[in-house]
Amino acid sequence: MKTMMRSHGQPLDFKGGCVELSHGAGGRAMAQLIEELFVQAFDNEWLRQMNDNACFAVPAGRMVMSSDSHVVSPLFFPGGDIGSLSVHGTINDVAMAGARPLYLAAGFILEEGFPLAQLKRIVESMAGAAQEAGVAVVTGDTKVVERGKGDGVFITTTGVGVVPPGVEISGDRARPGDRVVVSGTIGDHGVAIMSFRESLSFGTVIRSDTAALHGLVAAMLQAVPGIRCLRDPTRGGLATTLNEFARQSGVGFRLQESAIPVRTQVSAACELLGLDPLYVANEGKLVAVCAPEDAARLVAAMRAHPLGREAAEIGEVTGDARHFVQMQTAFGGTRMVDWLAGEQLPRIC
Amino acid sequence: MKHVDEYRDRSLALVLAEKIARAAHGRRQYKLMEFCGGHTHAISRYGITDLLPKNVDMIHGPGCPVCVLPTGRIDNAIELAAGNPLTLCTYADMLRVPASGRSSLMQAKARGADVRMVYSVADALRLAQEHPGRETVFFAIGFETTAPSTALAIRTAERLQLKNFSVFCNHVRTPPAMAEILRAPQLPGGGVDGVVGPGHVSCVIGSRPYEQVAEKYRRPVVIAGFEPLDVMQTVLMLLRQINQNRHEVENEYTRAVTREGNTKAQELMEEVFELRRSFEWRGLGEIAHSAYRIRPGYGRFDAERRYGIAYRRAADNKACECGAILRGEKAPRDCRVFGTVCTPENPLGACMVSSEGACAAHYSYGRFRETAMAETAV
Repeated sequence: MKTMMRSHGQPLDFKGGCVELSHGAGGRAMAQLIEELFVQAFDNEWLRQMNDNACFAVPAGRMVMSSDSHVVSPLFFPGGDIGSLSVHGTINDVAMAGARPLYLAAGFILEEGFPLAQLKRIVESMAGAAQEAGVAVVTGDTKVVERGKGDGVFITTTGVGVVPPGVEISGDRARPGDRVVVSGTIGDHGVAIMSFRESLSFGTVIRSDTAALHGLVAAMLQAVPGIRCLRDPTRGGLATTLNEFARQSGVGFRLQESAIPVRTQVSAACELLGLDPLYVANEGKLVAVCAPEDAARLVAAMRAHPLGREAAEIGEVTGDARHFVQMQTAFGGTRMVDWLAGEQLPRIC
Repeated sequence: MKHVDEYRDRSLALVLAEKIARAAHGRRQYKLMEFCGGHTHAISRYGITDLLPKNVDMIHGPGCPVCVLPTGRIDNAIELAAGNPLTLCTYADMLRVPASGRSSLMQAKARGADVRMVYSVADALRLAQEHPGRETVFFAIGFETTAPSTALAIRTAERLQLKNFSVFCNHVRTPPAMAEILRAPQLPGGGVDGVVGPGHVSCVIGSRPYEQVAEKYRRPVVIAGFEPLDVMQTVLMLLRQINQNRHEVENEYTRAVTREGNTKAQELMEEVFELRRSFEWRGLGEIAHSAYRIRPGYGRFDAERRYGIAYRRAADNKACECGAILRGEKAPRDCRVFGTVCTPENPLGACMVSSEGACAAHYSYGRFRETAMAETAV
């Protein structure tokens, strides 16, 4: 592709400038964007080498790799933005194997005309989230699509991490009698996005719970190395994660609705929007399954961590051959918590 | 959560359950029909049947607006959207309802028809205002609950002198359908003993229109709210009436419903709509004076006149039992295709589409009851 070579003399205009097609074309403009924005923000030895890849050392053990694309609308929301979300999302997917996340790669699809000021804000938010998590963004890619062919910015991140020896976590390891634990209130992220979109207010602003959970996972593994299943209930919420575990492990679940932590504002918003918090996305929560004798210790360890203060045991694994997730309702009846039919909320992560 | 938790209180539920158990004495079976899909949904979602004695049966009624619209009307909408340069707006659930020849509005949309999902008729009106060069048709469905907002939109369009907005009106009326159900006691072992009456509909029309129905068919009707305690209290009120051989219209939902209803909304409907001589309902067939049509005075907003829509009756899928389920003759579990060929992802019949549909509610919340728990441990 023939590219327009630009003078590299003027620095990028982060106040009034916007993304142009040349920023993804491989020429000087792209080099400038990488140098003045990405390398500046993510600054680390691998990026500074300016290769098309990153070559790094890893500790011995089993490696974990995960990839996640982010298309959230709006790009900025109470509690976070697409930048922090894209870092937390992938770190969490890696962490749910019990791994310590080490490196991230980031791919950007930018729309022509997207304000550079907003891009800078997003990239700096990513850098802040990565730094806080102790994970380096070591390589990446930028593409620009014509105006109208994207929605501002889409970000795909890929992460690698290493699982410490002795840790064996997988969605197919739940056994009848095991206990189910959540790390805190459910539905915060999805409701934050939805109420922001619909301009709903409930006294206080509902904030997304977006957070990197590997620190919490490390604390949990220290207390209970034999955790059987871990997953962050993002799209489809808690209900979907438990149905996935049920199918993978060939078991059923029985939940106690009254034990499941939900913020009052979140349940109020759900009433209004006709949603069920069990199906609403989270970005800073996890569900764990452990042996019954480990449950109390696990909950105590989680509550001692800032991201698990409201952790609670919410139910148990059953031997239901139909792999149903059932729930004792707070009202006193029993119902199923089925797979989601159709789409509850679009474009929330 | 204030104003919600009070109506979902477990200890109050247990007190009511105790009273219901005492009221449901003797060896008789009590068959109560919840008319509204909203009540069906609440009963399934909160597991209310677990708190009722075995001799109280809750039978799902036809009060799901998506479910009762016959296939021919959806065929009409598809032909309208596919055969004309216009934008057809409707509620999300309507897109998935199966039409003739394995078609649906969703498929018509995928093939290029301009079909849009809206949250209310106001969205459709706005679309028409924003695109004056494009014909916009609102595919209106629903009971007296949503009919006033459609009437208001038509009056607003008149005031704004919109030339590109019209409504394919399929609004239906509750009392004639309730009368139809009570008139024909097809249920095995006799008809319905009492009716859990519509809540939202009654906010608009009031409780008075049911008085004639209750008197004529000698069955009690209790208007109910949609919270689980509302439903329990209503069951208790119905059992007491049945035990005392009364057949009155009582109102449990006093915080929202009056005898007269919302007179402004009624006037609005009266101004814009007139009664159709007859209208076909899925499962119930033709029912006289059971639906609204746009008055000739507002005729230019009537898509039926504007596009010459002619209704043709269409046969439903033979395996589908939606008709019998809507009449209360059968339960979802009695349908051979329930949960096998017909699921919320691939609905064969309308009752599996809307979350208020009897089959969808039973599938999503209650199907674990169908077979004995196959638990091996714990």
